[in-house]
Amino acid sequence: MDTLNPTAEAVRFDLSETTVRELNQYLHHELPGSGAKHVEVLNPNGRHNLAVGVDAPVSIDIRGHAGYFVGGMNKLAHITVHGNVGWSVGENIMSGSIRVKGNASECVAASGHGGLVVIEGDASSRCGISMKGCDIVVGGSVGHMSAFMAQAGTLVVCGDADPGLGDSLYEAVIYVRGTIHGLGADAREEPMSDDDYARVANLLERAGFDHDLQEFKRVASARSLYHWNADHHQEY
Amino acid sequence: MSKNIYIEPNYTYGDHTLHYIQQAAEHGLYEIRGLGAKRRLPTFDDLTFLTASASRYPLEGYREKCETKTVLGTRFAKKPIELGIPITIAGMSFGALTAQAKDALGRAAGEMGTSTTTGDGGMTPEERRSSKTLVYQCLPSRYGFNPDDLRKADAIELVIGQGAKPGGGGMLLGQKISPRVAKMRTLPEGVDQRSACRHPDWTGSDDLAIKLSELREITDWQVPIYVKVGATRVKNDVKLAVAAGADVVVVDGMQGGTAATQQVFIEHAGIPTLAALRQAVEALEEIDMVGQVQLIISGGIRSGADVAKALAMGADAVSIGQAAMMALGCNARHYHMNGELVDATEDFAALGTAPGYCHHCHTGRCPVGIATQTPELEKRLDVDWGARRVKNYLQTLTMELTTLARACGKSNVHNLEREDLAALTIEAAAMAKIPLAGTDWIPGVSGY
Repeated sequence: MDTLNPTAEAVRFDLSETTVRELNQYLHHELPGSGAKHVEVLNPNGRHNLAVGVDAPVSIDIRGHAGYFVGGMNKLAHITVHGNVGWSVGENIMSGSIRVKGNASECVAASGHGGLVVIEGDASSRCGISMKGCDIVVGGSVGHMSAFMAQAGTLVVCGDADPGLGDSLYEAVIYVRGTIHGLGADAREEPMSDDDYARVANLLERAGFDHDLQEFKRVASARSLYHWNADHHQEY
Repeated sequence: MSKNIYIEPNYTYGDHTLHYIQQAAEHGLYEIRGLGAKRRLPTFDDLTFLTASASRYPLEGYREKCETKTVLGTRFAKKPIELGIPITIAGMSFGALTAQAKDALGRAAGEMGTSTTTGDGGMTPEERRSSKTLVYQCLPSRYGFNPDDLRKADAIELVIGQGAKPGGGGMLLGQKISPRVAKMRTLPEGVDQRSACRHPDWTGSDDLAIKLSELREITDWQVPIYVKVGATRVKNDVKLAVAAGADVVVVDGMQGGTAATQQVFIEHAGIPTLAALRQAVEALEEIDMVGQVQLIISGGIRSGADVAKALAMGADAVSIGQAAMMALGCNARHYHMNGELVDATEDFAALGTAPGYCHHCHTGRCPVGIATQTPELEKRLDVDWGARRVKNYLQTLTMELTTLARACGKSNVHNLEREDLAALTIEAAAMAKIPLAGTDWIPGVSGY
């Protein structure tokens, strides 16, 4: 098994033979300074917490489906999941990137502070919840309550968005190419500016998607909830 | 001839209720305030110690050794927390409190060999530097939460809820969202900030287990993970936290404090700390995890007697928040500046209150410079002075704790036991399941 050979350029972990703990231990402690630039993870079989807390400029290919929290709190690493992922891929991501070749379950990049998360398929509910500066590009559609309480960063949806989009937004901005099935509290559609088109173009290019920019709509906060006001009567 | 006027007291619509109705009628708003429940509740005051006599053998006053060392997080963590005393400082955010206040708490705790805890808003460099042992909270808002600070922590506390507002999120009103607070929380300056009531990346106890595993993986299983719950369905919540893999469970009772939430929440949600502690201990007993998972109780712990009674009922440690603030000078008539005491009564009056009655943490206009983000007010807390006072307070609690333990014949405060206690009220007897004094009666459990 060449999984723990720090001098090999591509380090391979077969999770049918080794544990998630060994993988993460390697990524945290043995990888930095080893010269390794590429890690391959085989037979993930939906395991949770793969490649969490990585803080190194390394490419990680996960060949198969991953469970919850893959790439959680990532810094610097570029992670590709060649399959589907469970809840909260890239939660609290700080930098680097995560690409999911398939679909993602709920809470993509929850509370992400930086970096880029790309979902090539669809993402389920609450995609981008509480995001704090990261960018997310979804090739397909997103589920309900996406970007709930999102504070900063950008969510680009190339498909449709389910109801409750952008509920209680702060300063994050959402762009949707397809149909918006309903906005959440305090979210509103706004005109696209040249800056918006440039922002979407940049993210689409980085995500590897090609769409007509004119098809995108901008959703941002109306900022009517920025200051608590009883006169709202809890009807937003 | 003058007519006799009889003023009949109205217990349904008394002064307090009348004031509430008139305020609601005038403003159309519920009241938001800081601190914890003020209503009369069964407390540790309703218990007393059955100290040694002919049937028990006491230890000699302050001379014979009485161990206070406390170890937390022995279940999974490679580096459990070792504290000098079983009294920890609860999570209070930078934002709610000044950086200076956090610094002072850290220094005092360090001198006493105990821990402090971050809060909603992240870890400040000041509190990391000053706190020998620092617990890093993972809260629903995740404000300022990042892997670098996570790895600097001596323990992690995943907060599901707190006693002042179980099931509710938090709020930090715009006047406290200073440039530094806004930057740490990634928010625009001056907005009324809502702290989420649910975690963004997991739901339910099965997910919680995976979340705790993630935090362990990121920190390489080195440090303990606490799970904190507000006291409502305590038995279920404690069992679920243990099943999810907690090293330590923190139960925050109804008297727990907050920087700001709705008064209706503070006074009308959750169960008293006394009842919560008993249920938490029973939960651990029922799943045979006493000693494997440590229990911290908080919410209205004020004195060494409270600490001793909590330990006797089965807690491994207590956590104090409001009392630590009060030791810093919260609600005192004076603050300390340039070596002198300065009267703050007028500033309390400007808030519509008086020293001893203030709960206006949410306004940011703290007259003694503790719960504010206004630079001029921040100067009112002398960090050295505040740290010394908190250290003195912790030292006093510890001396009172060991005094009672010795009198019960215990050479280790953790040897205090339920059998050392009697209840002074029927309510306390029922909630704590401690016999009513002078009887063998525990309502609902045993006969007179």
